[in-house]
Amino acid sequence: MLIEEKNALSEEIEGYVKEYGTNRSALLPVLQAVERKHGFVSDFAQQEIARILDIHPVEVYSVISFYSFLNSKPTGRNVVRLCRTISCDMAGKDQIENAIKRELGIEFGETTKDNKITLEYTNCVGMCDVGPAMIINERVYTKLNPEKAVNILNEIK
Amino acid sequence: MEEMIDIAVKGKINRTGPVLFSEYNRGEGIKTALDLSRDDIIFEIRESGLKGRGGAGFPTATKWMLVAAAKADKKYIVCNADEGEPGTFKDRVLLMEYPELVFEGMVIAGYTCGASEGIVYLRGEYEYMLASLEDYLYEMKKDKLLGDNILGSKFSFDIKIKLGSGAYVCGEETALIESLEGHRGEPRNRPPYPVNTGFMGSPTTVNNVETLAAVPHIIMKGGSWFKKRGTDKSTGSKLFSVSGDCKKPGVYELQWGTSINELLDLVEAENVKAVQVGGASGVCIPKSQFDRKLGYEDLATGGSVIVFNEDRNMLEVLKNFMEFFVEESCGQCTPCRIGNIKLLEGVNMIERGDYTFRHINNLKELGKTMQVASKCGLGQSSPNPFITILENFKDEIFNSNSSEKQVGGNGGKE
Repeated sequence: MLIEEKNALSEEIEGYVKEYGTNRSALLPVLQAVERKHGFVSDFAQQEIARILDIHPVEVYSVISFYSFLNSKPTGRNVVRLCRTISCDMAGKDQIENAIKRELGIEFGETTKDNKITLEYTNCVGMCDVGPAMIINERVYTKLNPEKAVNILNEIK
Repeated sequence: MEEMIDIAVKGKINRTGPVLFSEYNRGEGIKTALDLSRDDIIFEIRESGLKGRGGAGFPTATKWMLVAAAKADKKYIVCNADEGEPGTFKDRVLLMEYPELVFEGMVIAGYTCGASEGIVYLRGEYEYMLASLEDYLYEMKKDKLLGDNILGSKFSFDIKIKLGSGAYVCGEETALIESLEGHRGEPRNRPPYPVNTGFMGSPTTVNNVETLAAVPHIIMKGGSWFKKRGTDKSTGSKLFSVSGDCKKPGVYELQWGTSINELLDLVEAENVKAVQVGGASGVCIPKSQFDRKLGYEDLATGGSVIVFNEDRNMLEVLKNFMEFFVEESCGQCTPCRIGNIKLLEGVNMIERGDYTFRHINNLKELGKTMQVASKCGLGQSSPNPFITILENFKDEIFNSNSSEKQVGGNGGKE
C-alpha cells in the first residue's frame, strides 16, 4: 500500500468516526461504511479503526469475522448473495445457482477474474413469498428464473 | 431495476385485516397517547393482552412496566427488525407499507417508559429500505411527531436506525444489544434482563416490529377492543408469513386460534403433506394434526408458515434447516455449536443410508439436551425440526421399503 493510499484511508475512517462517534458502538457502522466503499476491511484499515476508537485490533477483527456481511479479504466490486434457505430452495434456487455458475465460470465463494463479481450464499433474506431471491450489494432481486438472474448479472458493471 | 424491488415489497398483503392492516391516520396514536398518563397506557396494553410477536410471547405491558419503573438517567426503546427466521417476512411488509405504525409505537413506548431515544435494529438484508425509512422519520420530524417537544408537549423522543450485518442470532434480544454496542452478536447470560441492564447498561425494552405496530391501534381503540379477537391466552390478531407450496403466498392478518386447515384454505394450498410452523426453529406438523390451532396455547409462532406438498422430500427439508443452524450458531456455547453439527451429520448419514437407529435415537437425546443446555433460544429451538420431522415423518424417512437408499433398517421397530 502506498503512503498516500494509507493516508487517504486514515482520513476516510476519521470522517466516519466524526459521523458515528468515538465510542465502541460506532464500530459496526464504521466497519459497514468501509466495507461498502472498499468491499472489505483491510488489515491496515482494521488497525486504523482500532487506533482511532482506542480498542485492540483483535477486537476489530473478531467483530468482522462474526458478521457474514463483513469481509477481511478482498471481494469483487459486486457481491452477489443467493438465498439458499428453504422457501427459495423450494422455489428453484438450484436452477439459478447452476445457471449463474455456468455463466460466470466460477463456484460460489469465488470471484471472477475481472474482479467484477463475488458469488456467495446467504441465509434467509426475508423474500420467501417471492423467491428465489438474491441480493447484489444492497439491492434485492426476486422471482428469479435462470435467464432473468443471468441477465441481471450481465447488466451490472 | 427499481421495479424488481417493488415486486418484493408492494402488494403482498393478501388480506385486509382487522387490526394491523386496518385504516390508520398518521399521528393519531401519538396524539391520543400524549393525552393519557403512563399508567393509563400500561393499563390499556395489559388489558389488550398483547404479547411479544417475535415468537417468545412475553407480555408487552410487563416489559414496559419494568422499564417505566426503573430509575435511570437514560432508557432506550429498541425495535427488533432483525427478522431472520426462515419463512418470515411480515416485518418487511410492515416497515415498507405501515412504517407509521412501527415508529409511532416506538414513540408511545418511549413516552410510557420515560425514554428519549429509540433505535431500530434493521437487518443488513433490508438495507434497501433504509433510505425510505429515514425519509419517513424526517417527515415525522417535520410534522412534530418526532424530535423535541412532540406535538407541543414536554416529551421529546428521537429514533435512529442501525443496520445489522447478516447474523441470524442478532434477533435474540441480548445478542442484538451486544451488536448495537459494537460487539460480536453473542447472547448474554440472563439475568440481568435488558429491562434492567440493556443497551449501554441502561434499562431497555426490545420489542418486535409487529408488537410495536399493534400499539397505536390499541391506544386508539382500547385494550378491550383488541382483546375481542383471538382466544383467551392469545388475544388479538397476528401476521402470518406464508410461503412454500401454495398458490397465494404472502402476509395474512388472522386472529389467533385459526387452525392450520383454515389457513391452508386461505392460501389455496393443495396436496399438502406438512406445514412448518415457526420457521426453522419451529415444529413440523403432519397432515394428521392440521386441526391444531395457531396460538400461544398450542402452536406459538412468530408467524412463519412454510407449506410442503406431497412431492417434497422431508429429509432434504430437514437438511436445509440443520445447515442453516450450523451456519448461524454463534459458537459461544458448546451444546449449540457442536450439537447442531452432530445433528446435521446424522441427517447426512440418513441420506446416505449409513446409520443405525441407536445412533439416531442418541441424536434425538442430544437434541433434548440442547433444548435445556443451550444459552439462548437458537440452540434451545434448533433441535425442534430434527425431532419433529424424524418423528412425524418416520415412515417416509426410515420405513419406506421401496427406497433404494434404505439399508440396515429393522422394519422400523426401534
